[in-house]
Amino acid sequence: MTRWWRWLLPLAAVPVLALLAYGFRLDPRDIPSPLVGRPAAPFTLTSFDGAPVTLEALRGKVVVLNFWASWCYPACYEEAPVLEQGWRAYRDRGVVVLGVDIQDKEEAGRKFIRDFGLTFPNAPDPTGRVSVDYGVYGVPETFFIDRQGRIRVKHVSAVTEPVFRETVETLLAEPAPGG
Amino acid sequence: MIPEIGTGALLVALALAVYGATMAALGARWGRRALVESAQHAALSVFVLLTAGMLLLVYAFLTFDFSVRYVANNTNLGTPFYYRITALWGALEGSIVLWAWMVGLYTLIVVLRHRTSARELYPWVLAVMLGVVAFFLLVMTVPAPVFARMVPIPADGRGLNPLLEDSGMITHPVALYLGFTGFTVPFAFAVAALVTGRVGDFWITTTRRWTILAWYFLSLGLLIGGWWSYHVLGWGGYWAWDPVENAAFMPWLTATALLHSVMIQERRRMLRLWNLALVILTFALTLFGTFLTRSGVIASVHAFSQGSIGVFFLAFLAVVVLLSLALIAWRWDTLGAQGELDSVVSRESAFLLNNVLLVAATFTVFFGTVFPLLSEAVRDVKVSVGAPFFNQVNVPLFLSLIFLMGVGPLIAWRRASLENLKRNFLWPVAIGVVAAAVLRLLGVGSALVLLSLALTVFVAATIALDVVRATRARRSMGERTLAALGGLLRRHNRRYGGFVVHLAVLVVAVGVTGSQTWSVHTETTLQRGQEAELAGYRIRFDGLRESQESNHGKVTGRFTVVEGRGAGTVLQPAKKFYPQEQSPIAYVDYRLGLIDDVYLVLGDFARDGSSATVKFQVNRMVSWIWIGGLVLTLGTLLAVLPEPRRKAA
Repeated sequence: MTRWWRWLLPLAAVPVLALLAYGFRLDPRDIPSPLVGRPAAPFTLTSFDGAPVTLEALRGKVVVLNFWASWCYPACYEEAPVLEQGWRAYRDRGVVVLGVDIQDKEEAGRKFIRDFGLTFPNAPDPTGRVSVDYGVYGVPETFFIDRQGRIRVKHVSAVTEPVFRETVETLLAEPAPGG
Repeated sequence: MIPEIGTGALLVALALAVYGATMAALGARWGRRALVESAQHAALSVFVLLTAGMLLLVYAFLTFDFSVRYVANNTNLGTPFYYRITALWGALEGSIVLWAWMVGLYTLIVVLRHRTSARELYPWVLAVMLGVVAFFLLVMTVPAPVFARMVPIPADGRGLNPLLEDSGMITHPVALYLGFTGFTVPFAFAVAALVTGRVGDFWITTTRRWTILAWYFLSLGLLIGGWWSYHVLGWGGYWAWDPVENAAFMPWLTATALLHSVMIQERRRMLRLWNLALVILTFALTLFGTFLTRSGVIASVHAFSQGSIGVFFLAFLAVVVLLSLALIAWRWDTLGAQGELDSVVSRESAFLLNNVLLVAATFTVFFGTVFPLLSEAVRDVKVSVGAPFFNQVNVPLFLSLIFLMGVGPLIAWRRASLENLKRNFLWPVAIGVVAAAVLRLLGVGSALVLLSLALTVFVAATIALDVVRATRARRSMGERTLAALGGLLRRHNRRYGGFVVHLAVLVVAVGVTGSQTWSVHTETTLQRGQEAELAGYRIRFDGLRESQESNHGKVTGRFTVVEGRGAGTVLQPAKKFYPQEQSPIAYVDYRLGLIDDVYLVLGDFARDGSSATVKFQVNRMVSWIWIGGLVLTLGTLLAVLPEPRRKAA
C-alpha cells in the first residue's frame, strides 16, 4: 500500500517559509517622521571653511539638508557624488545643498570632503545639537525643506539621482512665498 | 594585496567545498572509495583556506587596513588591541566567516573520527557538511564579501560598536556559534541515515556526544549572553525575549528534547521518526536564528545590517527543510516504532511528556517571535510581542518540566509499580512540601514562587536520594564513602553527568525565580556627600571624574557602599562618550554576591561633579544563574567522558 499522503509532509513547511519571505517586503525601520510638514528647526553652524552657515538665511530657497559621516559606508559614499552634481545643476535655480557631518572626527570629515571634491557648504555638528533637533536616527538622512522653510520630505539612506531631481523639481514648481 | 589574497582563498575554498560535497555524494552512490578520499582532501584544504582567510582578516584588523570596508566599519585607530581581534566577529560579514570556519573545523573532526567507524553513513555525512560549508562560503562571496574594498580610503574607521567592547563579547559569540554549528554534525548524520535507509539506532548513538557538546556550547552561549546583557546593558536584567534571544533559545529547547528522546530510542527502539524530526528541526532553527539576525525582517536589538543576505538564508532554509521532510516522507515506512508504550506511568511516558512540553515551548516562542510578521501580513497592523506573553505561556511549561526532571530519572521503565513510586518519591515529595511550608512561614507569599522553589527542592531531593542509595549500595560491598561516590560517577558517568546538569538547571531556576521576585531598584539624584538607602544598603556619592580613553571620553562617578554587606566597597559606574555614537554608553558597576548584587548605573550629572542621578538596584540571587553555568560545565564534562571499559569477568 502506498501512503501517498506522506508526500504532503514537506508542504507543511511552505506556509512558514512563505511568511518569512513576506517579511522581506517590510522594513521594520520604516518609522514615519513627525517632522514632515513642520517648520525646519533653525540653526547656525560654522562650516569647515570657517564661514557661518545659517538655515534662516536661506529662507526662500529650496534646501537639501544632508546628515552624513565619514565612517558611513557605503551609503554616504554613494550619495556624495549625487549631492555634488545636484548642487552644481540646481544652485542657479535657488537650491542649496547643505551638509552636516555628525558624530565624526574633524580631520576624517575634511578628508571625505576633499576626496569627493565637495563644493557645497558643509559643517561639523560638534555638539550634536542639530542632529538631535532633526531626530536623526542614523546616517545618512536627508531633509528636503521648501521655500517657506518647512520640512517636506525626509529621506533615509543614500539619496539617488532620481530622488534628488524629482523632489527638488516638485518643490521648485511650487509658487514662491509671497510671490 | 592582502584583501585580494583573502578573497581568492575564500573563492578557492568555495570551489573545493562544492567539489568535495559532490565527490563524497558520488563516491557514496557508486561505492567508489577514491572519490570519498578526494572529498576528504577537499575538506582538509577548505579548512586550511578558511583559516588562512580568517588570519588575513585578523591581520587587516591589526594593521588598521581601512581600505577593507569591514575593517573600517568595525575599528578605528583607538580600538584596543584585543577588540581589534574580536572585531572579527563584531558584525555581519565576519560572523559568517567565524561560522564557516567552525563548520569547517567540525567537518575535519568528523573526517578524523568517523571515516572508518561509520563506513556507510560517512560519505553522506561528509557531503552534507561540505554542502553546509559551501553555502556559508557562497554567502561570504556574494551577499556579504568580507574583504570588500572601500573607495576612497577613509582617514579613520568608524569603530566597533561600543557595546561589544566587553569580555562577554569575546566569548559569547564563540560559544553560541560552536553550539549552532555543532548541530550540523547530528543533522548530517540524520540525513545520511535517511539517504542510506540505515535509520536504525547507529546514527543516534554515534552522534550522542556531538549533540551533548553542541547543546552545552549553546547553553553556555545563552548564559554568557545573559551575563553580557546583565553587566553591559545597564537595565539589570539578563533575558528580554528579544527575537534573537528567542532564535537561540528555540534550538536549545528542541536539542534538550532530543537529548532525552534519544534515550528512549536507545532503550526501547521507539521514536525513530520523532528523533529524526527533532534533529532536523534543531538544525533548521539554528539557520532560522541566523536568518532572523541577518535579514532585517524582524526588528531587534541584535539586528545586523540588511542586504540580500536574508534571501540567501531563506533559500537555504527552504532547501534544508523541504529536502529533509521529503527524505522523511520517502523513508516513511521504515520509521515505525519497534517497541510500544506499555503504561502511562513509566519513564517512557515521563520522557515523552518532557518532549511534548519542550516542543510546545518551542512553538510558543516561535509563534511569539513571528507574530508581528503574521499580524502585518494578515491584518496590516504593526504589533510587538513582549515579555508578558512569553512569561505567561512559558512559566507553567517550565514548572512542569522541572517537575518531570524529578520524576523522569527515577521512575521505572515500562511500567512503574506502586512500590517503585513510593520508594523513590515519598521522601522527595515530603521534603518539597516541608520546604514550601517553611518558605511560607518565612513570608514568601506568591503561590507561583512557592511552587517553583518547592519543585526545585523536590527535584534536588530525588537526586540526593538516588546518590545516597547508590553510594550506600557500593559501600555495602566494602568501599569507603568517597571511593564509592567516585566510582559511581565514573562508572555511570552518563547518568550522573545528567544529574549534575539537572542540578545546574535547578540552580539557574532558583536564580531566575529569586531575581524576578526579590530584586528592588530605585532612581535618585544625590548631592556630593549625600546618601541613598535601599533594602538595607546605603551608598554615598563622592563625586565625578572625567578622563579620556583611547577611543572615548568617560565620566566616572564614585560611590561608596557605607552600609550593608561589603561596606567600604567603592563602585564606579560611568558614562562613556564615543564619537561615533549619538548617545552615551553606560558602564555599569556592581558588587556581586551570592544573595545580593549591588548594581549602579550612572544617569544624568552636573558637569562640576556636585550632583548625579544614579539607578540603584539590589538584585537578588542573580549570581546563581552564573554559578549554574559552572555546574553545567562540570555535568557536561562528566557526561561526555568516555565510558569505562568493563573488565571481562
